[in-house]
Amino acid sequence: MISVTGMIKAFNKGDVNEVTALSGVDLEVADGDFITIIGSNGAGKSTFLNALAGMFPIDAGRVVLDGTDITRWPEYKRAALIGRVFQDPLLGTCAGATIEQNLAMANKRGLKRGLGKGVRTRDREFFREKLAVLGLGLEDRLKTHTGLLSGGQRQALTMLMATLVRPKLLLLDEHTAALDPKTGAMVLDLTDEIVGTEKLTTLMVTHNMKEAIAMGNRLIMFHRGRIVLDIKSEEKKNLRVEDLLQRFADLRGGDGVVSDRMLLG
Amino acid sequence: MTFYAFFGAVEQGFAYGLMVIGVYLTFRILDFPDLTVDGSLPLGASVSAVAITSGHSPLVSIFMAGGAGFLAGMITGILNTKFKILHLLASILSMIALYSINLRIMGRPNMALLGQETVVDRFREWTGMLPQHSTPLLFAVICFAVVAVLIWFLHTEQGLAFLATGDNMQMITSQGVNTDNVIIFGVGLSNALVAASGALVAQNQGAADVNMGVGTIVAGLASVIIGETVFGDKTVSRALVAALLGSVLYRIAIALALGMKLGSFSITPSDLNLITAVLVVVALVMPRIKRKFLAGRAVQ
Repeated sequence: MISVTGMIKAFNKGDVNEVTALSGVDLEVADGDFITIIGSNGAGKSTFLNALAGMFPIDAGRVVLDGTDITRWPEYKRAALIGRVFQDPLLGTCAGATIEQNLAMANKRGLKRGLGKGVRTRDREFFREKLAVLGLGLEDRLKTHTGLLSGGQRQALTMLMATLVRPKLLLLDEHTAALDPKTGAMVLDLTDEIVGTEKLTTLMVTHNMKEAIAMGNRLIMFHRGRIVLDIKSEEKKNLRVEDLLQRFADLRGGDGVVSDRMLLG
Repeated sequence: MTFYAFFGAVEQGFAYGLMVIGVYLTFRILDFPDLTVDGSLPLGASVSAVAITSGHSPLVSIFMAGGAGFLAGMITGILNTKFKILHLLASILSMIALYSINLRIMGRPNMALLGQETVVDRFREWTGMLPQHSTPLLFAVICFAVVAVLIWFLHTEQGLAFLATGDNMQMITSQGVNTDNVIIFGVGLSNALVAASGALVAQNQGAADVNMGVGTIVAGLASVIIGETVFGDKTVSRALVAALLGSVLYRIAIALALGMKLGSFSITPSDLNLITAVLVVVALVMPRIKRKFLAGRAVQ
């Protein structure tokens, strides 16, 4: 389904501040995989997701999605295949546009935009149905500007927008980290529901080990720009936080891979 | 203020109305401060003047001016998106280049349209009204027609992408829109309107001048800000109409200022740029001061 081979990315090349964010990442993702990604700060998790989304060109490697080599595709073109939810709740929706306008824009993801009406009457019923699933009462506020919504509401809306047109790949980059715990849990439940019912191929970065273990069918860990741990299906089901900590310690010789935030999250 | 002066101010307001709408598109919608307009206004005037004197219809010359303005704006957009030059600098470069281009187009610093028939004359003959009534009416009709088309456009699928590009570029990119193209088209559209406005102004005052664009951006900003302060900007449609009416209010304010006398001191037309600049500064700073004031009160 998705195959990443030899992905390398360095920032500030040739500068004293040169940082190798990704130093050779290989990953094969099967159709319908829900992979959680953990790793300490600067391990390369977010860079990996951004590279998949095409936010910058990579220095080396290949990205093949569903048989198509998209390594050189710009970000807007990949958006036709990829849905995204960002850590910052403000990034996913357009504050000056109404809820229905945002959904209408998302409903055209990867499709040709013409001079037809932006929000069609028949779409409104569809939007209301979809919004009702969120359980936030947004279905009655189609004309509300999203700038007036809370961070949690905006993030839930972004989640819906990212999946309104079925993406071949869903990228979630710590999408609950900026929310309070209760709202975060709500968005996480929503994630589980949408990804589960639609059987979406998903990569989710999280700082929370419990989340990483509880969700998805596969868990990978980044360290210094590489994938150092890959735990699948059966093994993942029986995984406990303590096991994970032990694996980290074994792998890295206890050089501070695990941050307090990962334990406490 | 006499009625005659009032109609004159309204006429000016609508003559520059398309320019103000163009500035609104870049400044408020695309969040792209565009100084190209100081060059594209005289560009439109030059193109129109040359077209008319070489025998083209005055109406067609307005569209030719718009086309030239569109190209000028596109170049600014390309400099910004493809060559990664800061928007402000990209637009200054276009503006400076246009000064030379405008001189080339006319072959001299200014060009009179004396004895040439313009859209203003044609409309007056057609309606049989007094010139001080027919001219503002003509310009108002043109401006409202353009506003109506823009309101329609901004509610289409493309229009929503246009709005979102200025609001949240990351969001609309992740929805599959190539924002580079939107910016290039948007800045082009804006400058097409500004150049069309330049053509109207030239036909109205009977001459094109290479220096007539100085201060266009500041006058445009002042009009946009006055419009949204007085008429509100809750929806895009409302903000567009507000910008247009802001242009009229701005010209009326200037007419009033010119009529003012404080003892032996009176304001002359040469003071207008200073007054406009101060007006824009005040309008830009006011919201900040207001917030501070309100925040201070909340603490107490």
